Amino acid sequence: MARFKQKNDKGTPGLNMGSMSDIIFMLLFFFMVITTMRESELFIKITPPKGTEVTKLEKKSLVSYINIGVPSEKYAAKYGTEPRIQLNDQISEIENIRQFVELEKSARSEDESKLLTFAIKSDSKVKMGTISDIKQELRTASALKIFYNASKDVKR
Amino acid sequence: MGKKSTPGLNTSAMSDISFLLLAFFLMTSSINTDMGIARRLPPPLPPNFTPPEVRERNIFQVKINRNDRILFNKEVGDISLLKERAKEFLGNPTNSPDLPEKLETNIDLIGVYPVSKGVISLQNDRGTSYDMYFRVQNELTAAINEMRDELSREKFSRPYKDLDQAHRDAIDKAIPVAISEAEPTKIGGGK
Repeated sequence: MARFKQKNDKGTPGLNMGSMSDIIFMLLFFFMVITTMRESELFIKITPPKGTEVTKLEKKSLVSYINIGVPSEKYAAKYGTEPRIQLNDQISEIENIRQFVELEKSARSEDESKLLTFAIKSDSKVKMGTISDIKQELRTASALKIFYNASKDVKR
Repeated sequence: MGKKSTPGLNTSAMSDISFLLLAFFLMTSSINTDMGIARRLPPPLPPNFTPPEVRERNIFQVKINRNDRILFNKEVGDISLLKERAKEFLGNPTNSPDLPEKLETNIDLIGVYPVSKGVISLQNDRGTSYDMYFRVQNELTAAINEMRDELSREKFSRPYKDLDQAHRDAIDKAIPVAISEAEPTKIGGGK
């Protein structure tokens, strides 16, 4: 009788979950690295305009960003309070855009560089003069695919 | 015989926690997808280019001044009316002689369809805010999207967003994005 009782006490053997958490951690680190890598630090503050007809931007590897906005408080002393353009991780002038386009194109293969999209990520308070100049520069550099970044307006 | 083996640590709770973290990072990384409106710029003009003559009935002028006021069809209007006006202009449902001409075009999957020759001419000032400009672009896009959706329901009895690429291309040909942007005026100053 005593023996039988001992056996019953054991119950079903638990599954070993140790390796499962290893796998999950691996995935976790993967996603953590991916999410931090994509964003380069922005020196400027951007509140994009809102729109109802926005679509998703496809193929992130074929997108270069042109950020426009007023430098954030932390960098106001360095870059002033007027709207500035940020290309990759540095504040640039309009004249640098053509060079930037060439650089972005040369970083990709010939087929891909034709599909390259330039996303204009601008603060909603920026004046159109700056954006028109950028568009003109993109045109002369024959980078014709552009994208106006915005956030989805859910209210309407 | 009576000796117990060392008890294994219960690590199933750890995988729960890491699952939670994983779910969190998955969610936050997908929320940040970029949204916006895609456009194509016109190619750079050759040096001695003369713009083609366009009849007045084929042009719908939208102007935004430096105070973000809108003028369309030579009258001051509100942005809430813009979508309807743009649809009326591009669709020309009554074949009115004041609204754009149509060109019978043969399109795959649809057949012969009268494609509007109308062009929306958008002009802004250098002092116009990006916000206003974007809202106008948004309204014009909304007009085109609605027309595409209506045509899609009529021809393929499905909404535009459920179509495959070939059918979409056909619809896109029937209702093109006819927005032309003029050089901005310089009243608003700035650089």
